[in-house]
Amino acid sequence: MARNILVVGELSGGQPTPTTLELLNGAAGLAAGGVVSVTLLGTGATAAAAAAAGAATAYVNDDATYDTFRAEQWLPALGAALDQANPDLVLIPQSASGREIGPRLSHRRNTAVAMDCISIVDEGGALKATRPAYGGNALATYSFATAPAMATVRSKSFDRATGPGASTTVPLPAAGESRTLVTGYEASVSEGLQIQDAPVVVSGGRGLGSAEGFQLIEALAAAIGTDKAAVGASRAAVDLGWYPPSQQVGLTGKVVSPDIYIAIAISGASQHLAGCSGAKVLIAVNRDPDANIWSFAKYGIVGDYKNVVPALIEEFKKG
Amino acid sequence: MHIVVCAKQIPDPETPPSAFRIDAATNKVVPAQGIAPVLSQFDGIAAEAALRIKEANAGSKVTVISLGADSAAAAIKQVLAMGADEGVLLNDPAFEDGDSYTTAKALAAAIKKLGDVEAVFCGRQAADWDMGQVGLLIAEELGWPASIIAKSVTTGGAGLQVQRVLADGFENAETPLPAVVTVSNEFGEPRYPKLPQIMAAAKKTVTQWKTGDLGLDPSQVGAAGARLKLERLATPTRGAKVELMEGDTPQAQAAALVARLRADKIL
Repeated sequence: MARNILVVGELSGGQPTPTTLELLNGAAGLAAGGVVSVTLLGTGATAAAAAAAGAATAYVNDDATYDTFRAEQWLPALGAALDQANPDLVLIPQSASGREIGPRLSHRRNTAVAMDCISIVDEGGALKATRPAYGGNALATYSFATAPAMATVRSKSFDRATGPGASTTVPLPAAGESRTLVTGYEASVSEGLQIQDAPVVVSGGRGLGSAEGFQLIEALAAAIGTDKAAVGASRAAVDLGWYPPSQQVGLTGKVVSPDIYIAIAISGASQHLAGCSGAKVLIAVNRDPDANIWSFAKYGIVGDYKNVVPALIEEFKKG
Repeated sequence: MHIVVCAKQIPDPETPPSAFRIDAATNKVVPAQGIAPVLSQFDGIAAEAALRIKEANAGSKVTVISLGADSAAAAIKQVLAMGADEGVLLNDPAFEDGDSYTTAKALAAAIKKLGDVEAVFCGRQAADWDMGQVGLLIAEELGWPASIIAKSVTTGGAGLQVQRVLADGFENAETPLPAVVTVSNEFGEPRYPKLPQIMAAAKKTVTQWKTGDLGLDPSQVGAAGARLKLERLATPTRGAKVELMEGDTPQAQAAALVARLRADKIL
């Protein structure tokens, strides 16, 4: 059953973001002969259409006003794209913008959106979307009673699409008014490798006991190599002010899928695991032999991080 | 200024995974023995945000609204104990087994009925379903602007000044009133009511409304009006058992781990 699918894309540096390419790949798998199209709003949108791998049509507008996301500006343009593309399914990234677009767009189109989906499949002709719930303790699968179906999708739920992008571009309106004003932005992320991109993430949790504990975490990341390892933190540690929110890993922080995730003094609450369970290998250091993290880790050391982490640093330095 | 806080009582999301059970026949969570339900953490923080604005703006009032039966009454009691002035309980069997859309429809209708509300504060997501939709859907129902994932909110500027958490930084925004704000954990801790406040809460007015009071038809709410249908609720399957490194000293354990990672070609 052919399915037209519209992907709400995002731009970064004039290129479709990795998640946009992931959603385009997901769309290709579900379209079954239907048309895959993409929306791109902001500087470089028209040029970026050619890089939107797998999209037949790109709905674009290059208005630089779209570069700073304000929902009240994006929504009318997205509505215009939906009017023309007439999709059966709309895929939206679970990003800072996407988590606002999903509910608002679905309401305006008299339909519903499933949020933060990790999989979308066709089960006997019907779309089923699966997403974590209860802080990651459960997986909930939904079907859609209204059309079009809409889903915000977690990053790295699909591989990135490759190949030629959109051969047709269709103009969308330029940005209109927004009642909400954006008056400023303060970057909080540290320089260097970002946790979403790092092959190795080393994270600290409440069990560190103090903000100073993160000095050992940072030293371990440095010993592994600052070109390979980045530092994350559990929500508890961030709430205690020990590390910036931009480094928070978890259901309400960042979801990371590194090759190696090293959880230091992290108990393994489901909402944290929801942020790192995509790791290929999970390693834990915790002095509690009954911590929940042991149900998910592949390798571990039961012990006090204050002794174990310096020892690990020495081992990694030996190279 | 009249601020509404939307609150929800839920099974404790800190329930250890070992105690977490799902009844596959009904797709519902089985309440864990001895673990009391709690006010959804982000809603408590939203209440805190509203109360701080009330305290900074004389003549302001906070009303807490919750949808449900017994659990909703408990959520209202908790927020009244924190310092809210009045409660509204949306209690009708027709509201049961709805989704984010039907929940927001009912809450928005109640907010409209109150008449003089200038701001609605919600948690960024309910800590059970984690959807993060209701605040935005209320804004759409009411035709109001919304600022989500706030780490701070104060009166000022165009109406409210909000600092929002984005992926790699913080955005400063202003919104005219009336508006919806959803609040995140970065805001800070909510106040814990003391016994005199808990006792005072018992004397505060809680109004109960049903679908008819809200001008809604039962077909618009609950299971009848839901647009997303829950097909399955399941616990994620676990991987293989952990391999713990042996060793008499941390140095021995660390050496064992790094050797293992090299042997397994992880490093």
